[in-house]
Formats: sequence, structure tokens, C-alpha cells
Amino acid sequence: MLNLLKIAIRNLIRSWRRTFLTAGLITIGVVAVLLFTSLAGSFKGLMIGQFTDSITGHLEIHAKGYVASIDNLPLTLDMDPAMTARAETALKSAPAIVAYAPRIKFAAMFSNFAETTGVRVNGIDPAREDATLPLLKTRIAAGEAEGLLRKGQILIPDLLANGMNVKLGDTVVLVATNKDGSVNGQTFVVRGILSGLNGPGGRDSYIHIEDARHILRLPDGEANEIVVRTKELGDVAPVVASLSATLAAPGDADRPFFEVHRWDQLTPFATVARMIDLLTVFIKVILVSIVLISVMNVMIMAVYERIREIGTIAAIGTPPRRILGLFLTEGLLLSVFGTVLGVVLSLGAILALNLRTVSFAFGQQDHIVLAPTIGASDVVSACIVVIVVASLASLQPAWKAARMDPIAALRHV
Amino acid sequence: MRVVAAEEVSKIYRAGDVAVTALRGVSFAIDSGAFVSFVGPSGSGKSTLLNLIGCLDRPTGGKLSVLGRDVAALDRRESAAFRGQNIGFIFQDFNLIPVLTVYENVEYPLVMVQNWPKRRRHDRIMALLDAVGMADQAQKRPDQISGGQKQRVAVARALAPETKLVLADEPTANLDSETAHRVIELMRRLKTELGVTFIFSTHDPKIMAAAEIIYHLEDGKVGEVEAVREAAHA
Repeated sequence: MLNLLKIAIRNLIRSWRRTFLTAGLITIGVVAVLLFTSLAGSFKGLMIGQFTDSITGHLEIHAKGYVASIDNLPLTLDMDPAMTARAETALKSAPAIVAYAPRIKFAAMFSNFAETTGVRVNGIDPAREDATLPLLKTRIAAGEAEGLLRKGQILIPDLLANGMNVKLGDTVVLVATNKDGSVNGQTFVVRGILSGLNGPGGRDSYIHIEDARHILRLPDGEANEIVVRTKELGDVAPVVASLSATLAAPGDADRPFFEVHRWDQLTPFATVARMIDLLTVFIKVILVSIVLISVMNVMIMAVYERIREIGTIAAIGTPPRRILGLFLTEGLLLSVFGTVLGVVLSLGAILALNLRTVSFAFGQQDHIVLAPTIGASDVVSACIVVIVVASLASLQPAWKAARMDPIAALRHV
Repeated sequence: MRVVAAEEVSKIYRAGDVAVTALRGVSFAIDSGAFVSFVGPSGSGKSTLLNLIGCLDRPTGGKLSVLGRDVAALDRRESAAFRGQNIGFIFQDFNLIPVLTVYENVEYPLVMVQNWPKRRRHDRIMALLDAVGMADQAQKRPDQISGGQKQRVAVARALAPETKLVLADEPTANLDSETAHRVIELMRRLKTELGVTFIFSTHDPKIMAAAEIIYHLEDGKVGEVEAVREAAHA
């Protein structure tokens, strides 16, 4: 085996320019894949974090049918106090859940006493909301962020503030229709102005949940949404499955009271996240193509250039499987060399990107710091793909060399 | 002991509808320790015959046995193994492996074809390099030595795995006459010292004179057989 390696290495060194060019091509492919995976992963993680930590949470619980009608914000699909209590009992028993907060969402008319417009209002419990959505306060571009808000205060989106010329400390009125059809109103002091975010949430205002219940004449404990935070994003799928099973109690199977949705079922950004994953796959396909074509090309050339040499070693009795092994080893070494170099350069580049802070703006949030990371599994899988593809690419030329007729090969000019 | 026995051996090559007869019912026998030359003009069938004896090809007709094995009965893998164990080759163009040193070229059949232990391998290689006068060039690459030196290395490589038969197809064709004579003398000396059978082809009268038995080939047939000198069996 060592002799096979020695000969393979020397054969690669014999055409060192070609070897370095091919290995360089593989290196570029590996760097492209690993850097793109880390940058795209970091970008995706940040973007997901922006949505899950300031708007949707990791998952949400509603009464059955609420999400299908969410654009209408129906109060008729609220969870009554008994339902809310039941959902909270289930949430408390799930160890992967770190926080949750009830919400009352409703449509209202927003007036600055001069103009009126429609808004979507979120009645929140400030402390629990802050524990569940820790980035919500970072979206408060103007006004006191700490504690989010108190009763009688409102956080409004900058779109509304700019459009209706509303400033911090101004008094505004919210008017809403409750379940019975009667109209109620309440004045609020503008406590803060929220920076916008692409997607849902761009026109959401926030008030205290008790104010929401007061306007809508709802009893304590009633809510139409419970937003939930899990320990890790990876916990979401099993928690949703577990909660769905728990909340669909025996006897409720035909008419379950609750529905549980993951974050990616609640925001259109999930499509962007899936596009990023698709792009990563596309980049990997390009890498596979680069390795396949370059290694196959080099190995075909290597066999063609060494036909007489192959004839000689075959004539003196080298077993065909050893000739096969020799050329496979050459292809493999070429790919290993290119891959190792690619991994080293990629890790260096990722380290450099982390040391030299790279930030970007998303929506109206500036200086979102990109911190690219790469998992060991991504590195290992890229290496395995390259090595397996290189072996496959070497197989045909190696097979041809092993099957070569020694007489014809020795006669080759 | 009979090393090669040929009875009415024929070889026909086919290229589409065209059949070319390279050997027409050739019969001869070569004993162990012989130093034999096949001579004849181009196209007389010398190389074809050496390819058949070297188990690189199979006869179309007749019976050819080498070291007691019927050449026609060997499949591709068996013939490779048989060659690796018993037959050494010396080529007109030397055919040393360019990425290996002189030492490693001689070592090649001992590690890639057979599996000799390191110490035994080293002793064998050094003894052979010493015998062919190349011990002091052991670490040089083929492109750093002359044609005559390359052929001496090729002789050492052919003998390395304790082969019983060495086939040399025009071994001196690419050498000047003085070097060619030295190489043939080297082969003769090693044949005597090691008791190996040497069969070579040539069309050089000076070289063929060094053989003990000369088979004249013409149009694929063995013509005159000359016993130039008495065989010196080891």
C-alpha cells in the first residue's frame, strides 16, 4: 500500500502543473461551498432570529381555524380562559420551552384626532413578551425600550408614525369592535416607535394585554394567541409534535380545540430560508461537477500519456487490480490534496470574517453583525462528497488502464 | 528441464475481414539454462513468438507450453500471475518507470508483483545491481543514466523475482554496438551464474553470434537452426 502511495504521489508530482491546477480547482470549489454554507447559514440564522425573536416566537398556539383567518383577526376564534389555562398547563410540562406569552390580536382604528387609519394591534404582557421575544425591544427605534410598555401606552410602527406625523408622547385613540359588535375606544400615549421589518409585523402596534381586554371587553385569561420560545430552534419540531399530541386530548380528535404552528409556517421569510438552502445545494452541485470533470479529465490524460508504462507494468506481471488501485489512488490523492487545502483556506477565511466584523442592514436595522460559522458535519460532508466523486471520476480511466492489453500498450507510440 | 515446448504453433491476427498470419506451425524446444536467439527480418514473427512465450498473447493453433504450463489455458489474471512469478522482460526501449529510482525500478516486481520482505528484497536488489554494475547508481532516476545503463537496470529488474526465463525483444536495438555487446555479454554471464534461460530476438548479426542456439524465422516459420556454441548449463 505504501509503495502504491509512493508511486501515485510521484506520478502526480511528475505533472505538477496539471496536479496543482486541478487541485486548485477543487480547492476553489471547496472554499466556495464552505464559505457560502457558513455565510448563508449565518445570514439565515440572523434573519430567522429577527423574526422568531421579535415577531413570531419559535411557535404559536391558536384556537383551531385561527391561522386560516388570521388576516381578519377574528375575535370569535379566541381561546377562552379555560382553553388558555389548558394550553399553559401543557406548555409548563414541556421541558424544552423556556418562555411563552399570551397575546390578544385585533384590528382597530387608529386616530391622532386629525386622521384615522386601520392598524393591527397586539395586546401583550410586557414582561412575558420580553422573555419570549428578546429582540422586540431592539426594534424600538425611538422611546424607552426597557420594559417595553405599561398600561395606557402604545408602541407604534414607524410607518404609522411617519405617515400620520405622530411623535413620542402624543396621545392617540384606538377604536375597536368587540365580539358582540359594540364599539369601544381608549386613548394611549405613544411610548415608542418601532422600526419596520420586512414581512409581517411592519404595521403592528403594541399595547398592554389588559388594555386590549378592556377595549374588547374580554374576561381575564382570554387570548387568541400564545407565542412560545424553545431552548433551541432545533427543538421546535419535536415540541410542536408533542404539544399537538397533548392538546388534541382524547375525545377531541374530531374537533381539536387547538392548532400549533412552527415559526416557518407563520412567516413568508421561511420561503427565503428555503431558497437559501436551495442555493447551498446548487453550489454543492457545482462543486460535484468541478471535481467530476477536472479529476476525470486529469486521470484520462494520465492514462493516455502512460500507455507504454502501463504495458510495461502489466507485462512484468502487475495484477490488474493493482493497476486499478494505482490510478484510483492518484485520483484520490488529488482530491484529498485539493480538499484539505480548501478546508484550511475556508476555515481561515471564516476566522478572518469573524475577526473583522462584517455587518449589514436588514429592513431599517443597521449593523446586523454577520458571524459566519461552519459545523463539523458540513465540513465532513463536503470532504466526503469530494472524495467519493473523485473516486468515481477516477474509476473509468483506472478501469481502462487495468484492462489494457499489454501488447497493444507496449506498441503504443 | 524443458522451459519452452512449441508444437505447430500458429498465430493469426484478424483486422476486420483481413487475416494476417504471423506464425505458421512453428515447432521448437528450449531447455533450461539456454541462451537462445530468434533472428529474422521485420515481420518474420519474432516479436509475436516472444509475446506468446511471454504469455502476453495466446496462440491461434498448436500447443505452446512454458515451464510446463499450457499458455492457451491461462486466462488474463492467471497469465499475469504466471509472468510475475516466472518470466522477466527486457524491452528495446528499456521501459524503466521514470518516477522510480534505479533501486526502486529493480524493487518494483518484488513489491508490486510479488511480496518480498524488506531485508530479503534489499539483499536481492543490491546483489543484482552489483552484478550489473549499477550499485553506485542506485539512487539515480532513469533520466540521469545512459541507455546502456538503463538496459543493465532492465536486466536486473527482469531477474529480480528469481525468474526462470527472461525474454528480451531486440534488447540492443537502441544501443551503440559496443554497449550492445556489453549488455549481451552481461546477459550471458548472468545466465551462467544464475542458471536462467534467456531468449532474445535480434536482427544484428554481431549480437546473434553471442547466442548458443539461433532460430532463423522467416515468414512466420522456423527455418535454419544453428547451434553456435555448446550450451553452458549452470
